[in-house]
Amino acid sequence: MNNAAGTATQKRREGSSPLLKRLRGLTTVLLSIIATLVGLLFITFLIGRVMPIDPVLAIVGERASKEVYDAAYLSLGLDKPLIVQFGVFLQQVFTGDFGISRLTARPVSDDIIRVFPATLELASVATVFGVLFGVPMGVIAAVHQGKWQDQLIRLFGLFGYSMPIFWLGLMGLLIFYGILGWVGGPGRLDVFYDDLVPVITGMILVDSLIAGEIDIFWNAVSHIILPASLLGYYSLAYISRMTRSFMLEQLTQEYIITARVKGLSEHAVIWRHALGNVMIPLITVIALSYANLLEGSVLTEVIFAWPGLGQYLTTALLSADMNAVMGGTVVVGLIFIGLNLFSDFLYKVVDPRAR
Amino acid sequence: MKIQNWLKGLVLATAISVPAWSAPPSFAATPDDILVVANRIDDIISLDPQEMFEFAGTDYANNVYDSLVSFDPKDLSKGYEPSLAESWTISEDGKTFTFTIREGVKFHSGNDLTAHDAEFSLRRAVGLNKTPSFILTQFGFTPDNMESTIKATDDRTLVVVTDKKYAPSFVLNCFTSAISYIVDSKEVKSHEKDGDWGNEWLRTNSAGSGAYSLVSWKPNESYTLNANPDYWRAKPAMKRVIVRHIQESATQRLLLEKGDVDVARNLSPEDIAGISGNSDLAVDEDLRGRIMYISMNQKDPILSKPQVIEALKYLVDYKGMEGAFLKGQWKVHQAFLPLTYMGELKDQPFSFDVEKAKGLLSEAGYPDGFDVEIIVRDAQERVEIAQSLQNTFAQAGINVSLIQGTGKQILGKYRARDFQIYLGAWGPDYPDPHTNADTFASNPDNADEAQHLGKLAWRNAWAIPELTAMTEAAVQETDNAKRAQMYVDIQKEHQKVSPFAEMFQKNEQTGRRANVSGFVTGSAVTAVYYWTVTK
Amino acid sequence: MTDNTNHSPPVTVLSSLQAWLTTETPQSRFQAKMTQLYRGWQSLRSNPLALVGFLILVTLILVAIFAPLLATHGPSEQNLAMRLAPPGSEGYLLGSDEFGRDIWSRIVFGSRITLMIVVLVACTAPVFGLLVGTVAGYLGGWPDMVLMRITDIFLAFPRLVLALAFVAALGAGIENAILAISLTAWPPYARIARAETLTIRNADYISAIQLQGAGSLRIITGHIWPMCMSSIIVRVTLDMAGIILTAAGLGFLGLGAQPPMPEWGAMISAGRKFLLDHWWVATMPGLAIFIVSLGFNLLGDGLRDILDPKGEQS
Repeated sequence: MNNAAGTATQKRREGSSPLLKRLRGLTTVLLSIIATLVGLLFITFLIGRVMPIDPVLAIVGERASKEVYDAAYLSLGLDKPLIVQFGVFLQQVFTGDFGISRLTARPVSDDIIRVFPATLELASVATVFGVLFGVPMGVIAAVHQGKWQDQLIRLFGLFGYSMPIFWLGLMGLLIFYGILGWVGGPGRLDVFYDDLVPVITGMILVDSLIAGEIDIFWNAVSHIILPASLLGYYSLAYISRMTRSFMLEQLTQEYIITARVKGLSEHAVIWRHALGNVMIPLITVIALSYANLLEGSVLTEVIFAWPGLGQYLTTALLSADMNAVMGGTVVVGLIFIGLNLFSDFLYKVVDPRAR
Repeated sequence: MKIQNWLKGLVLATAISVPAWSAPPSFAATPDDILVVANRIDDIISLDPQEMFEFAGTDYANNVYDSLVSFDPKDLSKGYEPSLAESWTISEDGKTFTFTIREGVKFHSGNDLTAHDAEFSLRRAVGLNKTPSFILTQFGFTPDNMESTIKATDDRTLVVVTDKKYAPSFVLNCFTSAISYIVDSKEVKSHEKDGDWGNEWLRTNSAGSGAYSLVSWKPNESYTLNANPDYWRAKPAMKRVIVRHIQESATQRLLLEKGDVDVARNLSPEDIAGISGNSDLAVDEDLRGRIMYISMNQKDPILSKPQVIEALKYLVDYKGMEGAFLKGQWKVHQAFLPLTYMGELKDQPFSFDVEKAKGLLSEAGYPDGFDVEIIVRDAQERVEIAQSLQNTFAQAGINVSLIQGTGKQILGKYRARDFQIYLGAWGPDYPDPHTNADTFASNPDNADEAQHLGKLAWRNAWAIPELTAMTEAAVQETDNAKRAQMYVDIQKEHQKVSPFAEMFQKNEQTGRRANVSGFVTGSAVTAVYYWTVTK
Repeated sequence: MTDNTNHSPPVTVLSSLQAWLTTETPQSRFQAKMTQLYRGWQSLRSNPLALVGFLILVTLILVAIFAPLLATHGPSEQNLAMRLAPPGSEGYLLGSDEFGRDIWSRIVFGSRITLMIVVLVACTAPVFGLLVGTVAGYLGGWPDMVLMRITDIFLAFPRLVLALAFVAALGAGIENAILAISLTAWPPYARIARAETLTIRNADYISAIQLQGAGSLRIITGHIWPMCMSSIIVRVTLDMAGIILTAAGLGFLGLGAQPPMPEWGAMISAGRKFLLDHWWVATMPGLAIFIVSLGFNLLGDGLRDILDPKGEQS
């Protein structure tokens, strides 16, 4: 049943064959990805131009003479008109070449391949932590709305949420590493394990298992557990809050009352029916929080000496290393676009109302 | 009131029966033949000695490369001495330096080190024309004349001809700096691309003859060095050196206390105080070359008044800052040459004196003060100094607004002469007094178009024909005693009239495990040495 | 308000006021609004935690107003001889910082800055996000495409890069930092609002209103916005602590509040250097932020119950 809110596109689609429909859908998706990417690149490029940080100085340093400065200026192509610079830049990006990072003296793509897995590893473990604890906590809080369970969970979440992460991070290090010695210190591995595992995915947890190096795996676990649970604490607070909010809405719906009247067990009502119905907005929330973590948490990375994307991007930005900034921005952008498409897709597939 | 003790009690009381993580215990301490250093190394942007110009980079190069002339790490105060050049002679006219290259030294690649490598390296420094090139090109070497001015006459003899007579100590001191490190010419040439002197390759690789060779460099993360067992000076005791980038002082301290690093190089005064009672740890102090100063743009109508300049020098709480947040890390110093340099000046004519400053300001016609902007990089230490200045300037009615920015932003304004007061630090480029005299007290042409960007006097639009001439004379004086006196005179004059208020000299505090010894940070003249370390 | 309030004895005033406020048949739009507010106040009172949150925020506002009376020192008054004095030292209730400035006085004056940040961000980003998200979700088709692409671009942008670049371009300062935060904060609201809109736009009652001939604008503002409110409010309250800390992060990079402004986040950032030995320097402003965001969160929860039209139906 198509009502007035149905869009023109949807109406058109109904007349087409399924194959054509799918093709058209695919083209739309592709076009929108490209549009977003170009928009992203354009803004990044603009930022690079309006930032009052001199990219030449970033390379040549404080002592450079006029001649050295001018030579670097020319080698960066800064003498060319803006539009030409943007053209050159776009051309490079679409051939997968982000140029050389001015700060690390190597290709930006190599740098990203090096730093991104570190962030991915941390963010993934943190998100697993956040979902594993956050969703059940949110459900319990909703079911016991206003009771002590609800208040306890709320306070627990709030506590982490309102605490500056570097405070919590340093305290965590002091207690669990400095005093108790339960976890590994800053960094991804003890230095002596560095470079022992062949890099396949760049994620040490995975690589060490592939290589069968159980010692290294456990060492990596001991290093990641603290920063990941801190970041996870933050996403836990957010996820449990949103779960609670979504669940409260569902629990007042008529179908829940009907289900109860029909004699379904409370357990089934809550965990199957209600939770099932909040899955989609919940996945959007989880995807958002995952994506935020993938951007890299600069402060966490700084405190735990975690060589991830957040630190890389910030350093690059503050030194006007625009090749690196653009590269990092595109990667973060692609992740967001991917996760958004994914949650859009879920809406369409799982929720018949949104079809 | 130490939270650590309090937490210890709390944690012990509650956590007795909690099992430890299943992770295998990490090493209680680092192995006996590995040195692990915690340091901030995010300023390394290139490993090419003829390109690099940053502290952490020079620390690296000092261990991977050797130069013709260098220092004895066991006694840096002796000054330069033979290194890869076992001896040298200087011609009558003082312009021709003939170096005899040490025999039997090999590069890490196994190639013999000859005078041709020295010739290639010095020419490379001139030809590449990167930022530090001026250290050599100030002797008149150019890409056009270097075929004749830098020349290996045989495998063991290198002849260098300068454009005019300079103090030999000046020339030889310049030959100790990173720009003059000798690279393996065969190796580097084999990686040359489009006439880049192998720069692209050497940025991320090593081709030296030093005590260590590069294993890996992960920017902003770590670099690892392996010992060169055939090093000509001594066999390094540490088989491997790992330098880890650890940004936060507190994190460095925890690692040091746990024994996961042997040396922590960026501890804050509070963390230094915090580890002072720990008998497993020790703190070394070393006076380095950096000078912290403020300078006043002479284009500004108010700041160019001599009484205003003098007044501001009396509005700095030197002792207060030294005793408080700069404790142990910066020492009051009021001349542009670092202590330990030839011609050092220990006088400290200025102290915090609001009344005197007020009097001077009334003389200048500003009894009620004025508004002024200080630009400063957003590094915590500098912002703290800036806030102290803001506070003390206000006591004489001078209303300061602080403009913070990233290093490059602030530097951009400074180089463009677009500021009122600049707060920053200057480190010598090579261990000779000329390095700072040339920048603080020389400005051959004050015009905007002159673009003497490397000279601080120019950046502050300070026109000083007499001081420029004095500086020029000092660098040509061959008698060391006379030369030293000339620098003292220049500094005295500078102290009195310049729009620079030098405030502090850097004192590096290094935290180390008590079993580590021989970690030399290089004083004001050079960089760190790893091969002298033993455990 | 009404005439009789001026002449009758107090008890009658109160009871008649109460009657006026609780009437089932309001005589004017104003009275209807007041009735709603009063009901809100009643449900707030019945929810002790929300009341606590409300009181915390009222306290924050009062502290901000009466800061000069509450402070014992000037917020930027330095005394290097008394630096890093522990809490409870003579004259330093919460201790002193690295310049010997009184932390209590700085926190008191800093409440003004915090209040400003919070109010400005909360008035801009969520409103804009709500507008974009609901319009996109309700209209669908190409407006949805265009709006969501723009949202995606901003969402896909690393937030710090955007904020830093924005502040760097406009110049450092607390106002620009707030603008930059708003600029980076709106896209999540837009997405959430759109998600909510998608699930309710096909609901029967929306169709019914459409059949009555209501325009898109009226449906969006009158019927869709209220439905999105609960999610947005929960999100805003949850974001408040983050927003204060983001402002602090910018401050730490020299792009937010300029020293010696006693901005709480900047105070924590500066104090982290001393955390291991002088915990109070970072912890006291941290506590201030903690308490305020606790207040926001508790109140936000309460508001959710009050404002949520779906909640009222049950």
